[in-house]
Amino acid sequence: MARAVSTQKKVMWTALAWAFGLLLFFPILWTFLTSFKSEATAIADPPVWFFFDWTLENYTAVQERSNYPLALTNSIIIAVGSTLLGILIAVPAAWAMAFVPGKRTKDVLLWMLSTKMLPAVGVLYPLVLLAKWLGVLDSRILLIVVLMLINLPIIVWMLYTYFREIPGEILEAARMDGASLRNEIIYVLTPMAVPGIASTILLNIILAWNEAFWTILLTTVDAAPLTKFIASYSSPEGLFYAKLSAASMLAIAPILVMGWFSQKQLVRGLTFGAVK
Amino acid sequence: MATQHSRSAARWMIAPAVFVLLVWMLIPLCMTLYFSFADYRPMRATFEPWIGFDNYVSFLTSSSFLDSVVTTLQMVGGILCITIVGGVLMALLLDKPMFGQGVVRILVIAPFFVMPTVSALVWKNMFFNVDNGLFSYAYSALGLQPFDFLSQAPLFSIIVIVAWQWLPFATLILLTAVQSLDSEQLEAAEMDGAPALSRFRYIILPHLSRAITVVILIQTIFLLSIFAEIFVTTNGAFGTRTLTYLVYQRVLESQNIGLGSAGGIIAVILANIVAIFLMRIVGKNLD
Repeated sequence: MARAVSTQKKVMWTALAWAFGLLLFFPILWTFLTSFKSEATAIADPPVWFFFDWTLENYTAVQERSNYPLALTNSIIIAVGSTLLGILIAVPAAWAMAFVPGKRTKDVLLWMLSTKMLPAVGVLYPLVLLAKWLGVLDSRILLIVVLMLINLPIIVWMLYTYFREIPGEILEAARMDGASLRNEIIYVLTPMAVPGIASTILLNIILAWNEAFWTILLTTVDAAPLTKFIASYSSPEGLFYAKLSAASMLAIAPILVMGWFSQKQLVRGLTFGAVK
Repeated sequence: MATQHSRSAARWMIAPAVFVLLVWMLIPLCMTLYFSFADYRPMRATFEPWIGFDNYVSFLTSSSFLDSVVTTLQMVGGILCITIVGGVLMALLLDKPMFGQGVVRILVIAPFFVMPTVSALVWKNMFFNVDNGLFSYAYSALGLQPFDFLSQAPLFSIIVIVAWQWLPFATLILLTAVQSLDSEQLEAAEMDGAPALSRFRYIILPHLSRAITVVILIQTIFLLSIFAEIFVTTNGAFGTRTLTYLVYQRVLESQNIGLGSAGGIIAVILANIVAIFLMRIVGKNLD
């Protein structure tokens, strides 16, 4: 710090920042609180804040809804599956582009990025049709492949920016010291690449988990993940705020935690290195 | 340096990624293009493979197309205004010295990780609902008539929901940009007696302009295909039918594949116009 900041000013900024932070966070906090209320308390007038009989009955009720465990399983399988499949295809590609750049590497990268900008509605019907022909409509494998494809450009791009930061001199030094290609990959490259691959996996699980176009339109029951399960609450059924809140918390909690860990990677992953 | 051998190995390593993306781009897009010149309505068992540009003409001249473009522009424009202005202010605020900065950052970023169907339903029921929503309590507490947000101001309501989700994104990226600002330059300006507003106008804003452009372009691409938020709130009614939603309805609800496909191609063209600008910026940064 070049100069001391007066405590008074610091307190003022703290108050202001916390006020806005809490304001933005409020809908999530309110959902959290409501999920522990009884349905009657959830719509009490005036609203009840912290002092009510906290109950877990909504969480039990949601778990008992026949399709919740299935939706959760589907979300996990689809998000993790599509990410890992994407990594499998993207690691060699990003590796090659970072370490053996050719004349057209930049064009290939930009072209990959441009596929990400294709509006989904432009290919909606062909995809439904192809899925029907192949008999994979409403199947997990279809969503794994589709979500892998829409996120592949981001995966390649993120990995590329990470790999490019690995200095080539280290590889040369290892080679000079007589390391075989195998040893070079196992002992030199992999340890340096793991953090980048891990954050890429994290961010892409988040993106796949929250994807809500293809997951809603390409599934009906069997492969429906949490996005679709939650959408089924859009037609109200009596008193349902507390249950809706519990279902919502179950759907967003794991991703919120992962998201907080991946804030830094988020900027890199979603701006394609345009903002540093 | 790269040898001939490693070059060909590199080509094989890139090939799978290029191949799957090429297939993913070309096959469905060609099919959409093909259908867009056909009269294809499976519900009525109509299939005529070539009717020229009829679909394009009827899609472009229908009043629903113009309405949807206006709605799309209003929605995207509204969300961009809120997220950019709010994002710049939040980024500047978060850059100030304070206690518990890490926690505030976490609170601010959280909405971005909420899945779209959850945020839309939570806002729709627990905030906007005219009987039991929190806003209605606030209105009556102030002695006002409760306001039915989703039926009286549906477009505004959706803008609020989506802006809430994207404000964290804009804030986070702009904060990254603010933090890379040279603080000595700012201090020098302050010493020379430049008031806060001119420091913002002449030093901070020019520094942020690139990040702001990137945020606008990336958000525009994502916002052009807003779907779930409309799907679970208004289902496209009350003037909230965007171009994306209109195409979805033509294709899957009324099953007029030809007309919907023409709309899809038009959406692709419009999105590409935005994409070209983004690619230029990203491409420059690669060198």
